[in-house]
Amino acid sequence: MRSRARDSILPVTVVVLAIIALWYVFTVILNTPWQQSVYARADQVDVPVSQFLADVFAQQRPVLPAPHQVAVEFWNSVVNADPGTPRSLLFHAWITLSATGLGFIFGTLLGIGLAVLIVHNRAMDRSLMPWIIASQTIPILAIAPMVVVVLASIGLTGLVPKALISTYLSFFPVVVGMVKGFRSPEAIHLDLMRTYNASGAQVFWKLRWPAAIPFLFTSMKVGVAASLVGAIVGELPTGAAGGLGSRLLAGSYYGQTTQIWAALLMAAALSAALIFAIGGLQKITQKAMGAAA
Amino acid sequence: MINERRRAKGCKRLTTGTKVVEAKGLGLTFETADGPVHALSDVDLSISKGEFVSFIGPSGCGKTTFLRVIADLEQPTSGTITVNGHSPEHARRDRAYGYVFQAAALYPWRTIERNVGLPLEIMGYSKAQQTERIARTLEMVNLSGFEKKYPWQLSGGMQQRASIARALAFDADLLLMDEPFGALDEIVRDHLNEQLLDLWAKTEKTICFVTHSIPEAVYLSTKIVVMSPRPGRVTDVIESTLPRERPLDIRETPEFLAIAARVREGLRAGHSYEE
Repeated sequence: MRSRARDSILPVTVVVLAIIALWYVFTVILNTPWQQSVYARADQVDVPVSQFLADVFAQQRPVLPAPHQVAVEFWNSVVNADPGTPRSLLFHAWITLSATGLGFIFGTLLGIGLAVLIVHNRAMDRSLMPWIIASQTIPILAIAPMVVVVLASIGLTGLVPKALISTYLSFFPVVVGMVKGFRSPEAIHLDLMRTYNASGAQVFWKLRWPAAIPFLFTSMKVGVAASLVGAIVGELPTGAAGGLGSRLLAGSYYGQTTQIWAALLMAAALSAALIFAIGGLQKITQKAMGAAA
Repeated sequence: MINERRRAKGCKRLTTGTKVVEAKGLGLTFETADGPVHALSDVDLSISKGEFVSFIGPSGCGKTTFLRVIADLEQPTSGTITVNGHSPEHARRDRAYGYVFQAAALYPWRTIERNVGLPLEIMGYSKAQQTERIARTLEMVNLSGFEKKYPWQLSGGMQQRASIARALAFDADLLLMDEPFGALDEIVRDHLNEQLLDLWAKTEKTICFVTHSIPEAVYLSTKIVVMSPRPGRVTDVIESTLPRERPLDIRETPEFLAIAARVREGLRAGHSYEE
């Protein structure tokens, strides 16, 4: 495992460097028109290339901020800002993370519950599954504002509406994964239970549930990323309440592209951290369940 | 219960030994997309307590299906069958038999001791009873010391022995074994056959054993049921004349070879090797 991690360092680094190089190229291309109009207004001609590049990479509101500008903004808003104030990205990240976490827990439980119903009941299998699939064809951007508005009208604001949007996105992969997982035991394993005259509950807890655990973690990894997207989308219509979504929205209102990119970076880091955490949990569980090391 | 049954049967005719399995005109037809498949047709067979019965025949002859009917894993479509004098379902609910499948079918997330303990957990044995029975049955199949191992850490032969231990753990009088050693090499197989005979002698169980190896069937059995396919039926029932005590080299004796020849003849008579 460790050697695989070591083996992947070089290729990953190369790709990252290539992306950064490409990013710088596009920074120059996309920010040149504005820079030229600035020079034109100041009647500056024959600007040396070094000066031009320095100006292009230091615009206040670039179309595409250079990577180092994003890095500086990220550093300032994470390390240098007071985490208790909306200036801090950590402040926003925490708000989004709590909605994501709550929504993810709801979504996972709902997904497992629905999968149990579907596996144990033919009528449920036929009636529920099409609706579950249809639910995911509705654009979340269309539904999110309505959920927020409707819940606000009955006095539910803040964390819960956002968490529900996360739930809406994250239960789906869990249902699909767990239905597959609960059905994964081989016929011979089920026959064995039948020869013992085992009850439905015994078959579930001693066979179907443990057999579905690998499927649970796989779908949880997909679900947690969807949860984060849901929380961010849920924050867009809530306005100034805080969170990475509102930070993105505010950034686009005021043309603060660097701020948007820093918030995006934070969202990506959160998502990666969550998936990594679930991966860690998976390893621990698998070890406890006797998987080959 | 068995005694009641005997009394009831006794009215009709005298029976020698308690009948564990009794099938009359048993048939099972699977409806498939390509038309009906006659897995079993008009099978008459009775198995007495303490017998070691082998079912032999080519694939499709219904030997596994017959075992699964005894175990109430398949339902017959015609005829009657009783297990311990009752319906197979009754016997299954009584946990009257232990079933050993072709594959070991151990649960990969359970250690060997917890796999053997699985039926005990389900049947509600106390913790102390579980521990005692797990130790006893693992010793019976020579797997003491492997309690904490996971199935993947064991060889195929050891896994199959663990699955036999699991079938023995709750002391059912009837052991149904569906080609348990089919996937193992000959050396391991010989060894396990010897152990199985030893176990049978010790526990006095009734064993139904499906195989498609003639030497295995002759070596193990007190009764050999020869079957043939399309439709699956019994073509010959051979009562073995070999003594109960059987060293491996009994397989070189003329008596053994004579029985093997008769089995082979029975298989040929069933047209099983044409097509």
